[in-house]
Amino acid sequence: MFKIVVCVKAVPDPKEACNIKIDPATKTLMRCDVPMVLNPLDKYALEAALQFKAEFDAHISVLSMGPPEAGNIVKECLALGADRGFLLSDRAFAGADAFATAYTLAKGIEKNGPYDVVFCGMASSDGSTEWVGPEIATFLKIPVVTRIKEIVEYNGQWWTVKAELENGYRLVRVQIPAVFTVTRELNTPRRLSFSGIIKARKKEITRWGIQELGVPEESVGLKGSPSMVSTIASMDSRRKVEILEGKREEKAEQLVQRLVNAGVI
Amino acid sequence: MGKSRGPVWVIAEQIDCRILEVSFQLIGHGRKLAAALDTTVEAILLGHKMEEHPRQLFAAGGDRVYLGNDPELAVYQPEIYTEIIEKLAKERQPEIILVGSTAMGRELAPLIAARLDTGLTAHCIDLVIDGNKVLESRIPAYGGLLSIICPDRRPQMATIATGVFPNPEPDESRTGEIIPIEVPKKIPRRIQTLEVVREEPEGMDLESATIVVAGGAGAGDPAGWRKIAGLAEVLNAALGATRPAVDEGWAALETMIGQSGKMVSPELYIGVGLSGELQHMVGISGAKIMVAINNDAKSPVFEQVDYGIVDDYREFVPVFIEKIKEYQGKLKTC
Ligand SMILES: Cc1cc2nc3c(=O)[nH]c(=O)nc-3n(C[C@H](O)[C@H](O)[C@H](O)COP(=O)(O)OP(=O)(O)OC[C@H]3O[C@@H](n4cnc5c(N)ncnc54)[C@H](O)[C@@H]3O)c2cc1C
Repeated sequence: MFKIVVCVKAVPDPKEACNIKIDPATKTLMRCDVPMVLNPLDKYALEAALQFKAEFDAHISVLSMGPPEAGNIVKECLALGADRGFLLSDRAFAGADAFATAYTLAKGIEKNGPYDVVFCGMASSDGSTEWVGPEIATFLKIPVVTRIKEIVEYNGQWWTVKAELENGYRLVRVQIPAVFTVTRELNTPRRLSFSGIIKARKKEITRWGIQELGVPEESVGLKGSPSMVSTIASMDSRRKVEILEGKREEKAEQLVQRLVNAGVI
Repeated sequence: MGKSRGPVWVIAEQIDCRILEVSFQLIGHGRKLAAALDTTVEAILLGHKMEEHPRQLFAAGGDRVYLGNDPELAVYQPEIYTEIIEKLAKERQPEIILVGSTAMGRELAPLIAARLDTGLTAHCIDLVIDGNKVLESRIPAYGGLLSIICPDRRPQMATIATGVFPNPEPDESRTGEIIPIEVPKKIPRRIQTLEVVREEPEGMDLESATIVVAGGAGAGDPAGWRKIAGLAEVLNAALGATRPAVDEGWAALETMIGQSGKMVSPELYIGVGLSGELQHMVGISGAKIMVAINNDAKSPVFEQVDYGIVDDYREFVPVFIEKIKEYQGKLKTC
């Protein structure tokens, strides 16, 4: 059977992202009070897999690396229609940069067995690097196409996709197994259904730690991350702020005047 | 005498045989990094019919250009490009590799970083060499400026958007060495770019616009977004967006301004219904005059602009548009 892996991430709810602060001592993110949600772009990755499954016979595994609470987003993916859920969770995985994250996910994918296609969201809302997909592909030694916005052909061993470019796209032919990172243009993710939630209750999440993955401690988490935060500085604005006062009309009038005087309109 | 350091590399990018601005900007800034490290600046240029182009890279400040000039390299081919750069980097041991934060760069940089077992920093807004001769990549995050370092592994890699660094003044008298590189024979060829299709961009180009109007989450709905677009229109401005506006589907990804989007430096920036989060604001630090329209007097955006309007934009923008038209009308009669 055709095997699809979808990599997903639990991220602090982007709608409340401003409550996240850096811990000055550990120099890592303090995500404490912000609820964790499924990374918005990962919904499109999962949807790509679900649409494929609707057409062909396919099996979908969802894989996430994160703290134990991230099990909730894996559960959500199961409720949306994924067949199996995996959570790679271990204290040793904490503090991973994109490189160590991709390494850990790649090891999880390999342990899960043969696969045909890996879908990831183009980027996470909290990191926004876009690195994880291409780095997973590198660790798995398979090709990757990032930012795909259309799957033109997906029969057999060669897929043809459109990948987003500045003002246009690249038409790419790629041999599977391959990794694809997806954009919002690819599809419209479905919503959770009640029956999906009921069905997902019976599905178990498989939890793997460093023991199960059999990876050395130096290659995961903070230790396995080549890059690190060295210092944190504050940024101050150098502008003199003037808040314009008065009635709406007056404010608009003053603003136009200021902009004319500054020679910008 | 200490061991000499490897060069600073710039992965140059060309589209239809035209080298992108960001490549020159990175070479320009690369010179400063190279000076601090007492080393050279080298560019990798892959394309076809590019014999004459290394000159431009020398004029920008490059000392050496590795030139892959082959029909197979005409457009970005991930597998071949990665293979070439990986092999070359293993031979030449660059200290730093800088890559433009373009669609190509964002895919190619992590492919190279993972092959070279090294770290990579995204969306940097500044790059400096610290006291230990280590590259500090500065990125804005969570109300502060983080310095990311890659202390133990080499090369140190970073991606940087167009416009973060200025264009260097070209010095046509500079020359350098061209080292030809061949397309490797033995590669798997599991992936191929068949075609690159460019579409006419919608709306005005943000990066070159003299006026930018940006809308944020506060727009509220598509009708609100059209109001903000109306303001852009009367000002003949380019319309930009914050991330939530892109997420909501009101604006296209290419119009996102900020750390992970475009860097703009217009004469005038007007932010409407946005809160002034650093990740957005770093994208417009080059603006001459900045205006914010927000209904929350306590919004942090009001600490970062020249003129603030505390008001519901839905009410204010139409009045503002009328006043602008009045002014424009006056101009016409004289
Ligand atoms: C790694 C990373 C990278 C990021 N990169 C970027 C980036 O490149 N670009 C970017 O933009 N964001 C980026 N973000 C997101 C960024 O942190 C903020 O979430 C985002 O900029 C906030 O957008 P906003 O100001 O539109 O929304 P909000 O912060 O929700 O602000 C909306 C504002 O609208 C005001 N408002 C509401 N209604 C009205 C009304 N009727 N009239 C007037 N005002 C109103 C509110 O008072 C509020 O201040 C990034 C985040 C991360 C974690």
